[in-house]
Amino acid sequence: MKQVAIAGVGMVPFGRHEPEYSGRDMGVDAALKALADAGLRWQDIDYAVGGSNVSGKPDTTVSSLGLTGIPFVNVRNGCATGTVALTTAAQAICSGEAETVLVLGFDKHGRGAFGATPADYGHGQWYGESGLMVTTQFFAMKARRYLDTHGLPETVLGRVAAKAFRAGAANPDAWRRTVFTPEEVMAARVINPPLTQYMLCSPAEGAAAVILTSRERAADLTDRPVTLASASMRTRPFGSFEVFASWLPPGADASPSVEAARTAFAKAGITPIDVQVAQLQDTDSGAEIIHMAETGLCEHGEQVALLEADETSPWGRLPINTDGGCLANGEPVGASGLRQVHEIVLQLRGTAGERQVAGDPRVGFTHVYGAPGISACTVLTV
Amino acid sequence: MTVPLDLRLFSSLDPLRLAGSECTDCRTTTFPVQADCPRCARRTMTDVELPDQGTLWTWTVQAFEPKPPYVPPAGGFQPFPVGYVDLGRVMVETRLDAAPGDLRVGMRLRLLPLDVLVSTGTRLGYAFAPTEETRS
Repeated sequence: MKQVAIAGVGMVPFGRHEPEYSGRDMGVDAALKALADAGLRWQDIDYAVGGSNVSGKPDTTVSSLGLTGIPFVNVRNGCATGTVALTTAAQAICSGEAETVLVLGFDKHGRGAFGATPADYGHGQWYGESGLMVTTQFFAMKARRYLDTHGLPETVLGRVAAKAFRAGAANPDAWRRTVFTPEEVMAARVINPPLTQYMLCSPAEGAAAVILTSRERAADLTDRPVTLASASMRTRPFGSFEVFASWLPPGADASPSVEAARTAFAKAGITPIDVQVAQLQDTDSGAEIIHMAETGLCEHGEQVALLEADETSPWGRLPINTDGGCLANGEPVGASGLRQVHEIVLQLRGTAGERQVAGDPRVGFTHVYGAPGISACTVLTV
Repeated sequence: MTVPLDLRLFSSLDPLRLAGSECTDCRTTTFPVQADCPRCARRTMTDVELPDQGTLWTWTVQAFEPKPPYVPPAGGFQPFPVGYVDLGRVMVETRLDAAPGDLRVGMRLRLLPLDVLVSTGTRLGYAFAPTEETRS
């Protein structure tokens, strides 16, 4: 099968921007940055895939980038959108349909928690009227169940967030750059116990773009091309504990992340133990802890020792969310998966600055997870 | 008597019982009723009455006011606990009528009616509360 590589990456930093700077315009700017990083022009792109959850149709960016008539697929898969777009783009190259592909993600969310309409998730109005249509309730209940089942202390939730803010402080493009101790995180305003204000990521604004091409072409374009060794996406299996579920089967401990990660590692011929830097969906502190085990990076329960020894910070043995993750960057939903890829590319190129992982990493991994039970993973190598 | 929030939630109003659907093939049970079995991917469901007692599987407190269609009380929003109750054949998401400090995973709960505010008045919803023997 044809090998796919990353020729360029670009980002409009996540956070808050001017009110008139639209999500779509951020998308255009991220695309131009990725093209510049790859040393390519828009005319070199023969296929595009883009995603946005709430900020319009990504293919409208062609009116700014150039009306070259290329195919442009729009993707809308919640928090997994960016990586699903990347997966689709890689398939276009593998199939021979395309050679050089733009992958784009952007969003501009308002302040506060996401709202959702019961009918959009297959529920009657009663579900929202009963006060159950709240995403953060789910994160809290999933975290509590996980901690309870595997005997983890609540303090691990504080450690994850404190680690994210330390990484954010080392990332000049991060939104949240103030350092908090685990104790300060634990003592912050309670949103949905056991989760406090600093344990939940905020909806934000921003864009990210990646240029994919064949391995051969990438070698001509850049000195240190990053290979997309695999990309894999899954929806939820039966027995998965997901947001906005009025019922669950007894025991419910399945997850789309398990199969997405397993498939990504199998296709790449790499095992989780080989991973030297990882980006995991950290919509909340509990999510990062759960995903560490679901993706195979550690055993259930092992998170306590890893976090207490600070092994998952950019300066530890198993660095996770080295740019500060969703917790320090916020989440423009359509762009989030591509921010992860952007960060792994910088780490594998050795250009991540103050947060650069030591030891010349050669294997990276990304994982997104979103509503209503979608996961997508990539393995990236140099 | 208060009008039910949604008729499809209940198999009986007095005594109050929740309605679900059970697959005639794999026995998967859903709440509320639905036509298709999510496991067999076939239209094999029949309506059933769900047990009115179970155990608490997980919980949290809704500490901030949810967006519409949730309607807060006239006197202002008050935090409320929510959770999943394991009824044996299915786990149901529910409001909890309890002090958060009393909630423990695994505790016994029983079904009871709950007044739910909607834009046009008050409706009959459901909640679960600790049984007498588990009240502290």
